[in-house]
Amino acid sequence: MKGMTTIVKKTTQILAGIIFLYGAYVVIHGHLTPGGGFAGGVIMAGAFILVTLAFGGGFLNLKKEETGSTATENIAVLIVIILSLVGLFLGAKVFFLNFLPRGTVGELVSAGVLPLYNIFVGIEVTSSIFILFLALVIFKEEDT
Amino acid sequence: MELALTIITGFMVIGAIYAIHAKDLLSAVIACGIVGYGLVICFLLLKAPDLAIVQIVVDTMSLIIMVTVVLNTSREEPYYGLDSRGRTLAVAALALIIALLYYFVISTGHLDAFGESHLRMSEAYMNGAAEKTGSANLVTGVVFDFRGYDTLGEATVLVTAVLGVIAILRLKGKK
Repeated sequence: MKGMTTIVKKTTQILAGIIFLYGAYVVIHGHLTPGGGFAGGVIMAGAFILVTLAFGGGFLNLKKEETGSTATENIAVLIVIILSLVGLFLGAKVFFLNFLPRGTVGELVSAGVLPLYNIFVGIEVTSSIFILFLALVIFKEEDT
Repeated sequence: MELALTIITGFMVIGAIYAIHAKDLLSAVIACGIVGYGLVICFLLLKAPDLAIVQIVVDTMSLIIMVTVVLNTSREEPYYGLDSRGRTLAVAALALIIALLYYFVISTGHLDAFGESHLRMSEAYMNGAAEKTGSANLVTGVVFDFRGYDTLGEATVLVTAVLGVIAILRLKGKK
């Protein structure tokens, strides 16, 4: 996949980090403000897709990226499942038990496990959307 | 508010009809965008910022991917004429639409007024949810605490979909 012009590359260099930070903000503040793992994850994936579209990359590079993203995605989902199962091992026979202390409502570190769920679902959604994009790009690369 | 929602919904219907009949696939994809962004404005008017954020982000991302696909493949839509089977299906679809409209008119008489719906379940969620879950955002509290099992299914569906895409678009499968 070929990259784009210098103007697009320079703009991407400036913007991609800010877009990624905004996505991370939406994920981390998911239990305080509107947003959460799904919305923030797609924003973070947008930063990756922007970089890939602007700079391109060789076939082998893209393939490596795809393998790494697949591993990240599956590990993130595994962690979500393990977090939801912890309640069963702690003695209370409850699926999705909020086992951490709740804290004060409205602070950044509060709400027990909910921020952790948000973060790992965000990572999972990021890599999922990025894989969807990469799979299509790689499929086209193989043709040419 | 109902008037604004009606106008936006009308625009969405026009955009959807145009997307079906457009000759150029690129303009069809962009007409699909009208539907998505109209839905965003509807969600904002109905005071659902969580849904609006998800909708605007997912719509932009799918629009980018669809535009990339259209630009890299073909912009012409192949046209097939209507044969006898197609005519039968069209008549069946028309009958279904008329039946659905009939039941829609009957059922709207029994619903609560617009924006006045009070379910027992939603009141149980809203009363003291911040204390129960510790989350200031009620939506996150419901999604990950009260309905965590539901969300786990959602995340798993995404993983399964991605696995399916990788399996279909793999190297050997093309021969």
